[in-house]
Amino acid sequence: MDHTASPAAPARPETAARPSRLTRLRDSDLAHSFRAHPSAMLAAAVLALVALSAVLAPLITPQNPYDLAALELWNSEIPPIWQAQGQWPYLLGTDTQGRDILSAILYGSRISLIIGFASVLLALSVGLSLGLVAGYLGGWVDNVIMRVGDVLLSMPFILIAILITAIATASLPAGLRDVLAAPILIFAIAVPSWVQYARTVRASAMVEAKKEYVQAARLIRVPAWRIMLHHILPNCLTPIMVAATLNFGLAILSEATLSFLGVGMPPDQPSLGTLIRIGNQYLFSGLWWIVVFPSVQLCLIVLSVNMIGDWLRDALNPKLR
Amino acid sequence: MIAFLIKRMANAAFVMLAVALLAFVIFRFFGDPVEMMVNEQATQADRAELRERLGLNDGFATQYARFVTNAVQGDFGISYRNQQDVMVLIKDRFPATFELVLVATVISLVVGIPLGVITAVHRRSRLAQALQLGSIVGVSLPSFVVGILLILGFSVSLGWLPAFGRGETVQIGWWSTGLLTPSGRAALVLPAVSLSTFQITLVMRLVRAEMLETLRSDYIKFARARGVPAARVQWRHALRNCLMPVITLTGMQIGNLIAFALVTETVFQWPGMGMLFIQAVTFVDIPVMAAYLLLVSLIFVVLNTVVDITYAWVDPRLRDDSARSGGAHG
Repeated sequence: MDHTASPAAPARPETAARPSRLTRLRDSDLAHSFRAHPSAMLAAAVLALVALSAVLAPLITPQNPYDLAALELWNSEIPPIWQAQGQWPYLLGTDTQGRDILSAILYGSRISLIIGFASVLLALSVGLSLGLVAGYLGGWVDNVIMRVGDVLLSMPFILIAILITAIATASLPAGLRDVLAAPILIFAIAVPSWVQYARTVRASAMVEAKKEYVQAARLIRVPAWRIMLHHILPNCLTPIMVAATLNFGLAILSEATLSFLGVGMPPDQPSLGTLIRIGNQYLFSGLWWIVVFPSVQLCLIVLSVNMIGDWLRDALNPKLR
Repeated sequence: MIAFLIKRMANAAFVMLAVALLAFVIFRFFGDPVEMMVNEQATQADRAELRERLGLNDGFATQYARFVTNAVQGDFGISYRNQQDVMVLIKDRFPATFELVLVATVISLVVGIPLGVITAVHRRSRLAQALQLGSIVGVSLPSFVVGILLILGFSVSLGWLPAFGRGETVQIGWWSTGLLTPSGRAALVLPAVSLSTFQITLVMRLVRAEMLETLRSDYIKFARARGVPAARVQWRHALRNCLMPVITLTGMQIGNLIAFALVTETVFQWPGMGMLFIQAVTFVDIPVMAAYLLLVSLIFVVLNTVVDITYAWVDPRLRDDSARSGGAHG
């Protein structure tokens, strides 16, 4: 892994003799392991398909589910296409307002994936920087950062996220609430999750900071940020990658849970969780497709991410090689 | 040991004070308590008088100290929404959540432990691999989706079990229990199963990992060599040594289960603390939110501290603070 993780090597005279990045990736241990695990390959394929269909949603869906003008009430409550009253082009049926379920799912997956990805990115950048600083500098800085982390870990994840969204929404003027719903969610999910990265990086930063190469670098006055970013960080990327993958699944799950509880995405820009919340109201009226298909999509996404994460953890674990 | 004990308790107290500070800041600065409590007709003088009476004109530290003192005595003020004492509201709802979490925990142990043993003992079998795959599915299923699917299957289609509410309850002192009536027990089944799915996979994975380790040890080989039947070796000799971490995990997870019960309670309209909290969130009923936050964190911190202390008591090497590991992560 080290060769891909180390900072990009500037062009050197021997570059021509070395295999290209792509070939090196293809021949790496990780790629071999990937090809040996059909479940990981399947999960990656499903995830790629979901991501692709979410990106291309405006091009491939029969209607724009947010465009109220496109909704026709006489097209409401149509069951999926394989049932007797099913109608083309509503493959998975429509909801009570005539919104195509498949279109809503693809647009919803888009929101869910973006929020999940962005919150992991935010948690990663905050966690890595704070962890590096804490481990490298030590002393009171370390103490403050880790104590804050302790407090965050002493409250359940979901509770912190709910509190943040609730307070943020309550203190914003009504007009801004829906506009800022996604950024608030990203922030609310990132706050309880940066601690894990910070702890991991801090542990290796403390070990690395004492090593001779770091002291040598310090002696020749390499700036502290450069030592942290270019020398210490690459050494702890492996566990971070696994944690980030698994947290991506957790983030999507958390977003869905918050939206389901009614403190997440509003109904006019629904994520998968919002769709399930809406469908949940029709549970007893026989309109099962409104709630079941978004749920299936959500489970499919989280399951694929977790399977990739599981495989990555085993593949990168030197003890299991 | 005494030094470790004091250090650990001080740590727990520090965390609780920090959480209390957070709850206090939320309480004090998001929404003006006076505006929440008075009615429309109140005059400026009424408001000023109430402000003075609530002590909102005192310094920050004084107010925080008063908040902590009151909280320790179980006084969280009056709910903005229905003008009731917050502690009474929580006390009314606590039994419902507690019974739900308790039954979910029992289910997770009764189902998770045997599954874990089976997957460890017959590691290469089809069944074990299917279960292993099933455990990944188990952690990936959001608990509200499990709940909804259970309702669709067992309430809407089959009509076997109730989909919401708690059924009939019996009052024992201030505790209301649903465990003593048939309708109460029936109402508990679906929520408890849906809350326990995640926990089952957790227990199963842990038991499997521990069993794989234990089955390689010398005393197991010796028992086998002595001719003890295989089932007895696995289910008695090996399993017993795997139970300690399982008990620890179960203890530490109770806090998480209480927090996650709020999702389950929303799905099943279960009248517990979680539903109280979600309603408080929708109505920005800050005293209830603050009280719930403090209570759940307290349960969380107490369980973690007890586990840490027990471990240090059993294993003296852990008393050196540098060896202390991360704790629970939700």
